[in-house]
Amino acid sequence: MTLLEVRNLKVYYYTFKGVVKAVDEVSFDLKEGEVLGIAGESGCGKSTLAYGIMRLVPPPGKVAGGKIRLAGYDITSMSEDEIRGNIRWKVVSMVFQGAMNALNPVYTVGHQLAEPLIYHKGVPKREALEQASKMLRAVGLTPDILRRYPHELSGGMKQRVVIAMALILNPKLIIADEPTTALDVVIQAQIMNLFKKIKKEYRQSMIFITHDLSLIAEIADKVAIMYGGKIVEYGTSDDIYLRPMHPYTQGLLRSIPRLRGKEKITWIPGVPPDLRRPPPGCRFAPRCPHVMDVCRRKDPKLKEVEPGHYVACWLY
Amino acid sequence: MSEPILIINNLKKYFPLKRSLKQVLTFKKAGYVKAVDGVTFNVKKGEIFCLVGESGCGKTTTGRLIARLINPTGGEMYFKPKPEILELVPDRYIYKGKYVKLEKLPSNIDKLLRREIQIIFQDPFGSLNPRQTVYSILEEPLLIHGLGKTKDERTEIIYRALTEVKITPPDEFIGRYPHMLSGGQRQRVAIARTLVLRPSMIVADEPVSMLDVSIRAEILQLMLDLKESRQLTYVFITHDLAVAAYLCDRIAVMYLGKIVEIAPTNEIINNPNHPYTKALLAAVPEPDPSNRFKIREIPIIGEVPSAANVPPGCRFHTRCPYAMDICKKKEPDYIEVGTEHYSACWLNAKESKT
Repeated sequence: MTLLEVRNLKVYYYTFKGVVKAVDEVSFDLKEGEVLGIAGESGCGKSTLAYGIMRLVPPPGKVAGGKIRLAGYDITSMSEDEIRGNIRWKVVSMVFQGAMNALNPVYTVGHQLAEPLIYHKGVPKREALEQASKMLRAVGLTPDILRRYPHELSGGMKQRVVIAMALILNPKLIIADEPTTALDVVIQAQIMNLFKKIKKEYRQSMIFITHDLSLIAEIADKVAIMYGGKIVEYGTSDDIYLRPMHPYTQGLLRSIPRLRGKEKITWIPGVPPDLRRPPPGCRFAPRCPHVMDVCRRKDPKLKEVEPGHYVACWLY
Repeated sequence: MSEPILIINNLKKYFPLKRSLKQVLTFKKAGYVKAVDGVTFNVKKGEIFCLVGESGCGKTTTGRLIARLINPTGGEMYFKPKPEILELVPDRYIYKGKYVKLEKLPSNIDKLLRREIQIIFQDPFGSLNPRQTVYSILEEPLLIHGLGKTKDERTEIIYRALTEVKITPPDEFIGRYPHMLSGGQRQRVAIARTLVLRPSMIVADEPVSMLDVSIRAEILQLMLDLKESRQLTYVFITHDLAVAAYLCDRIAVMYLGKIVEIAPTNEIINNPNHPYTKALLAAVPEPDPSNRFKIREIPIIGEVPSAANVPPGCRFHTRCPYAMDICKKKEPDYIEVGTEHYSACWLNAKESKT
């Protein structure tokens, strides 16, 4: 069953220096129980897309068009009060980038974990704390952490608390935005194991956002590659990693150093486009090794090249 | 390739901790963060030597000690400068005919040696002064070290360095300020800044971890090219084992201020000996979609303890799956487990006895 339906979503930032088209005409679906990985370089609009779904786009940004349907709700047309009361955290929650800053330093972990239960569900405090301690166990922490303050925890523990917070109201969708960027490799692997466990045990739908394609391979069933505010390739994990079609995806995969195997890594020359004045035609054209005349004039649309494998490129 | 250019012997750096009022009043001694606690290794001429470890393991502090941005608490460092530099050093500072001990030296000699060892920092957004143009960023080291007597000479050196790091045409870039450059260009300017002094050795502290994946490879390739054309030796510091495996000749794995294992790259990757190295390797994610079906076996538990409170004995025993009694009491020595492959773990000692 389709849980999330995003159609032609546009999120623009209206700055004094012009309109930044951070997310431009993005469409995709997410089925229940599925994990979608969104990958791209910094500035490609992947975090803005997440904020769009959460209805948390910071000003001067705005959802400028398109539709988001999540679990039967039309997110784009709801008022802020409805979103806060019925959607945010109850239906869709988020694990923010940098767990260090996602927790309030002056409240105990227990207070912060129980808060959504008290406000959203009207659960009495004692019961809320009990549920919070169950949640802590589920993410691999001991309940005595309830009485601790964030500064008493290590980075990995804080990240687990933030994940527990995202899970506590049992939302249909969790969006994780670079959840392991600030962590060491060993802790990163432990957190990834936790996400895998959550995916398996709760059949939790997730959107997993990161710049690191190796991490997405660890968890995602479907992968979307973003470039310059658009999805340039979308398909199953196997499609993207084993049969990448878009020159950008191919370039990205070739630029990752592997632990074993001595293939020479290559890079994509040039820099990502300025999204205030994106190049006409395909946004990747200035950096593309296969660029043709048509690429500079017309923007390619996402096209189904194989069943379930979409590419936006004039080559196909 | 065989002769060491840098010899490091039992290098230590302790940072004193602030005492609380109570501790001051009760005359308690100040504690220390033992950031680097007895590190010994050689770097051979022309190689890329890599320090790998998690944050807080002391790899950056070691790099800063080598670049002599901070003074060590103990230990020795010997460095072999270029012949033309060595000529300028008075005999009494020279060891074994070719090494200079890096310690408190008269300032004119000190300056010569600083020219020889340069450092590239992790964050190109922070390491370039936002109020200096590219030209003045690159000119400053020349002025300080008195290289390039005239403006024309200096300009020529600067243009050459910029061309070498592929900031071309240099004319277009020399007037720019750092904010007018992309992240990759900034890091290349930082590399050019080290090149103008014609160093023998460059300490690179996580030079690509702040950059986007698609341009990382470009900087790494540039560093490899420069190594050949300029006959450089690198001390490369990174947390990313995949990058280390790609680039480096030898890898030293650090944990809480000590090297736990040191070996040629191939050995570390394919035949790791220390339980910590094994865990690090197991944790590296790889772009293989079949990984999503399996849980990674990470044999170690918990997180790195504080360097202010280093566990007794082997400092890894609190997280080690094989911890034995002896690990809690005595620190293991390095044992040669393969060619040029040393590991500090009691498991090896036990094997050799039986």
